Amino acid sequence: MTLETVLIVAAALFSVGLYGALSQQVVVMVMMGLELMLNGVILAGAAFWWFLAPAPEGQVLLLVVIAAMTVEMAMGFAVAIALHRHRGTDMTDMAADLSR
Amino acid sequence: MTETSLVTALVFWALAVVAVAAGVAVFRVDSMARATYALATSFVAVGLALLLVDLDYIGLVTVLMMVMEMAIMAVYMIMFMGMNPALMPMSMVHGQRTAVGAATATFVLLAAGAVLVPWPERRGVPAADHTAALGEALMGAKMLVMMTVSPVMLATIVAGIVLASHRTRYDRLGDDLKQRPADDPQPGGVGR
Repeated sequence: MTLETVLIVAAALFSVGLYGALSQQVVVMVMMGLELMLNGVILAGAAFWWFLAPAPEGQVLLLVVIAAMTVEMAMGFAVAIALHRHRGTDMTDMAADLSR
Repeated sequence: MTETSLVTALVFWALAVVAVAAGVAVFRVDSMARATYALATSFVAVGLALLLVDLDYIGLVTVLMMVMEMAIMAVYMIMFMGMNPALMPMSMVHGQRTAVGAATATFVLLAAGAVLVPWPERRGVPAADHTAALGEALMGAKMLVMMTVSPVMLATIVAGIVLASHRTRYDRLGDDLKQRPADDPQPGGVGR
C-alpha cells in the first residue's frame, strides 16, 4: 500500500464515475456518477494526507469534500423533483433546453 | 515488509477491488435498485479503506452518510419510477462511446500522473488522536471553513425546499392578497 497504488485506485473510481456522469440519461444515475467521482477524490485526499502531510488541515479538506457531496446530492434531488413535477420526466435528454 | 503492513496491504487491495468493481457494477447492473446497492458497497469499501490510514472519523462519516444517502435514493427511485420499474432491467444511456473514451483517457492521465510524479517525502508526524486534532482545528485555526460550510448548508436546505415544493399561493396570485386567481394560459404565472 503506497501513495501511487492508492492514487491509481482513486483514479479508477473517478474515471468510472466520469463514464456514468457522461453516459447516463436518468438524473439519479448521473448523480450516482458524480458521487463515484467524489468517492475517488475522497480516497485520493486521504492518501495525500496520510503519505505526504498528516496534518489536521488535510482532514478539514476532506470534510469540505464530503460537504460538497452532500450539497450536490440535495440540490440534485431537488432539481430532479422540480423537473419531474413540471415535465413528468427524470431524463436529462428531456431537459436539454435548460442548458441553453 | 512487517506482518502488520502486509495484512494492511492485503486488506487495502481487497477493499480497492470491491470499491472499483462495485463502482463499475453501478452502471452495469440491470436495475436502479441494484445500482444503488452497488454504489453503497463502493462507498463502504472506500470508508473502510480510510480506516486503514487512521482516518477514523472521516471513514465512519463516509460510511454512515452514504448508507443513509443510498436509502434516500431508493425512496426517490420508488417515487419517480414506482417499485417495479426500479427493479426491472433498464439501459438508458447516450453518447456511450464518447463517455468510454473520456473515462479511459482520464484514467490513463491520472494514473500516469500518480506513477510519474516524484512525490515528496512525508512531512510531519500524525497527531496521537486524529479526531481530536480535527476537532481542535475546526474549532480553532480552521473555524472559517466551518463558518463558510454552515451557511452553504443552510442555503442548500432553503433552495432544496423551494425547488422541490409545490407552487404556493404567491405563485398563483402574486403578492396582492385580494387578487383573484390568474387566468394564465401557462399554470404557475403570477397573473401580472
